[in-house]
Amino acid sequence: MATVIERVTKVVVDRLGVDESEVKLEASFRDDLGADSLDVVELVMELEEEFDMQIDDEDAEKIATVGNAVSFIESKIS
Amino acid sequence: MKKLDGKTAVVTGGSRGIGRAIALALAEQGARVVVNYSGSQAKAEEVVAEITANGGEAIAVQANVADADEVTALMKAATDTFGSLDILVNNAGITRDNLLMRMKEQDWDDVMNTNLKGVFLCTKAVSRQMMKQRAGRIVNIASIVGVAGNAGQANYVAAKAGVIGLTKTSAKELAARNIYVNAVAPGFIATEMTDELPAEVKEHMLGQIPLAKLGDPADVAKVVIFLASDDASYITGQTIHVDGGMVM
Repeated sequence: MATVIERVTKVVVDRLGVDESEVKLEASFRDDLGADSLDVVELVMELEEEFDMQIDDEDAEKIATVGNAVSFIESKIS
Repeated sequence: MKKLDGKTAVVTGGSRGIGRAIALALAEQGARVVVNYSGSQAKAEEVVAEITANGGEAIAVQANVADADEVTALMKAATDTFGSLDILVNNAGITRDNLLMRMKEQDWDDVMNTNLKGVFLCTKAVSRQMMKQRAGRIVNIASIVGVAGNAGQANYVAAKAGVIGLTKTSAKELAARNIYVNAVAPGFIATEMTDELPAEVKEHMLGQIPLAKLGDPADVAKVVIFLASDDASYITGQTIHVDGGMVM
C-alpha cells in the first residue's frame, strides 16, 4: 500500500504535469508548481477521490502546499 | 446524427412554459433530459412521457433550486442515471410582481433565491462534473427586463440582471476548462406567466416590439439548442436577446 505522500505525489504529478522530484512537502502548488487557482480546486477534487473523503471548502482553502495536503489527509484517515 | 446525441442535459423548471419547450427541443436533438420541477410533478411527468413517446430518454426530478442540498441531489440523479452531465439550462424562475413601494421583503427574497441564487447553486454543482469532463455547456435563461428594466418587477429585474453578470463571470472562470456559459434573454413570450398580464399591458408591450408579435417558447428553445451545441463553438459569456427586436 502506497503511503499518503506517494499517493498525493502521484495526483500532483498527473494533474500539474510536473516532475516527481519537484513535488516536495514545502512546495507551494501556485508558487512552485505552476498551478492556477482553478488547478488547485481540481487538485483538491482529485485528492477527495483518491482518498475517498470530503474536503470542505474552508479546509480546501488552507491547502496551499504539498505538505498541507499530506498532513490534512493524514489527520483525517488516522 | 443529431446535434446533441449522447449528451445529458438538465433543465431546471422544465415542466412548463419556456423550460418545457427547451426540454422537448433538447430531446429532439438527441439529448437525454432531466426535467427538474419544484411543484408541478404531473406536468413534469407529461414532458417526460412526451419525450419517451418520441423515442427519447428523460426523467423527472423534484428539487428546489434555491436549496443547495436539493440541487446536489438533482445533479447526482442526472449523473447516476445517465453517466454524464453535459448541458445545464438554468431556467427555473418565479415572479412576485409589485411596485417597489408595495413590494414585500419576502417577495424580494423569494424571487432572488429562486431566480438568482438558484443559478449560482446549480452552476456550482455542475461545474465539478464538467471540469472533470473538460467540457460543458451552461445556458442561463435571463430576461430582456434584466437589460432594460421594467416597472413593477424590481425583484425579478434585479435577479435577471444578476443572472447576466453571473453568466459573464462564470464564463470567464470556466473557459479554461472548456465550459461555455451563455445567457438567453427572452422578451414577451406567450406562456402561462405572461397570460396573467392584463390586456392593456399586453397591448402596450406589443406596441414596443418591432416584429409586432409575441414570441413562442420554441423561439427561445432554438437559441438554447444553438448555444448548447458545437454550432456555438466560439461564443461564451454572451446574452442573446430573443425578443422580436424589443431591446436593441
